[in-house]
Amino acid sequence: MIDVRAVRADFPILERKVDGKQLVYLDSGATSQKPRQVIEAVARFYQEHNANVHRGLYQLAAAATDLYEGARAKVARFIGAAPEEVVFTHGTTEALNLVAYSLGEARVKGGDEIVVTVMEHHANLIPWQVLARRKGAKLVPVGITPEGELDLAELADRVTGRAKVVAVTHVSNVLGTINPIPEIAELAHRVGAVLVVDAAQSVPHLPVDVRELGADLVAFSGHKMLGPTGIGVLWGRRELLEELPPFLTGGEMIREVWLERATWNEVPYKFEAGTPPIAQAIGLGVAVDYLSSLGMEEVRRHDLRLAARALEGLLARDYVSVYGPPAPEARGGVVAFNLRGVHPHDVATLLDQEGIAIRAGHHCAQPLHRLLDIPASCRASFYLYNTQEEVDAFLAALDRVWKVLG
Amino acid sequence: MSPYEEVILEHWRNPRNKGRLEAPDVDVVEANPLCGDVVRVQLKVRDGRVEDVRFDGRGCAISQAAASLLTEMIKGKPLCELKGWGDEVLLSALGGVIKTRLNCVLLPLRALRKGLSSR
Ligand SMILES: Cc1ncc(COP(=O)(O)O)c(C=O)c1O
Repeated sequence: MIDVRAVRADFPILERKVDGKQLVYLDSGATSQKPRQVIEAVARFYQEHNANVHRGLYQLAAAATDLYEGARAKVARFIGAAPEEVVFTHGTTEALNLVAYSLGEARVKGGDEIVVTVMEHHANLIPWQVLARRKGAKLVPVGITPEGELDLAELADRVTGRAKVVAVTHVSNVLGTINPIPEIAELAHRVGAVLVVDAAQSVPHLPVDVRELGADLVAFSGHKMLGPTGIGVLWGRRELLEELPPFLTGGEMIREVWLERATWNEVPYKFEAGTPPIAQAIGLGVAVDYLSSLGMEEVRRHDLRLAARALEGLLARDYVSVYGPPAPEARGGVVAFNLRGVHPHDVATLLDQEGIAIRAGHHCAQPLHRLLDIPASCRASFYLYNTQEEVDAFLAALDRVWKVLG
Repeated sequence: MSPYEEVILEHWRNPRNKGRLEAPDVDVVEANPLCGDVVRVQLKVRDGRVEDVRFDGRGCAISQAAASLLTEMIKGKPLCELKGWGDEVLLSALGGVIKTRLNCVLLPLRALRKGLSSR
């Protein structure tokens, strides 16, 4: 079991007050807080090792390169991958744009189909819309069941021989739904389609082994898993990464350059044009160390306990509607809800006055909110530093909001 | 809860001038697409003054309460005076506001300005 008291002592921000109230941070789905270890590793890099990577012939540059590549190796081990399959990007969004561009160039022609789901974050939707328009391909959406699960029967129907790409989120950032990626991989691979998985909400919260997932390309962000902002990961099967053309071009990603043409560097460097986010990658490596030392199974168990308590409390209040599967095991650590007749922004503002930070809005998932027929929703999300007492404080505060606005 | 909210809550619970006018001289709708707030403002104008006013809409308590308060503030006022109103007129009537919610407060004022711009 996670020792929450000890964990909390590693997160300096959790000590701060908001308007004199103790901060209760329930928005880790948007970005996680950072432990001292990560903050210090980033500072230490700038104080002791700062140099550009893969370029300098002096010792400082060699040390910086070792630290950067060391971070890649840690991330690779964390997800069960080989280091050369781990591409550093600036985040999930950039990784998915890279994939949509490069995969689009390599595999998608006019008349082909790209299968997406209605629960996608805009980051795993808009790049595919743009690709479809660019290539004259067709975007094929898959819906959800009334329980908020992906409609697998519909998915099986939609993934036909015309499908070149299936793009799906591992865990919905609104519904919390955990999608059965291995099953979806089978459907995709049966017709020769590439499976792209948005793992922004899963890698931080669940034990994820990319080989077991069975996907071809997987994207996630460092800042949602205790790491710095500005660093993300694209994992890809090696043969596929080798087949795909580069996305961004310039320095680092080349082998030889003439005035009229160039040849590409090997993977993963082919996809890392320009100076990478070095300090951020190193910080992510330390974040991964932190998560590994606790154990992702334990992190999951902790999230689950909190989400289950929150779900139970929300479902027991008749003025609350909860979106997504009612069973906590079917979800990641996010719970979206609304108070009857009350705008989510009012809920968030009133909770904020008690020091409780939740998210309210469309959570970059407008098509899903349109489908649910709501302009916006509230979302509480939990992580390894949250406590049962915080969940209870949140639920009690909701009752006060309801009293004021209901 | 902070004091400005009493004004907001009071107007949210008991909105003033809510509804529709028959044959209004000014009829405008303004929305915040990001949060789904919508406010409609209707005016009856006589001798260059706001003779009557109604608002309607849906959305958060702050936008709807601000709309209600605004209707009280503008009734009887000459249009030329309203055209000169800055944001602070409404903000100070609300007794201050949280900066994360400025867009909600100013939605009805934006609607009013849009309606007056053609007159
Ligand atoms: C499911 C999902 N996909 C993609 C993203 C985008 O991540 P980032 O903003 O770090 O690129 C997020 C984060 O908001 C997310 O929750």
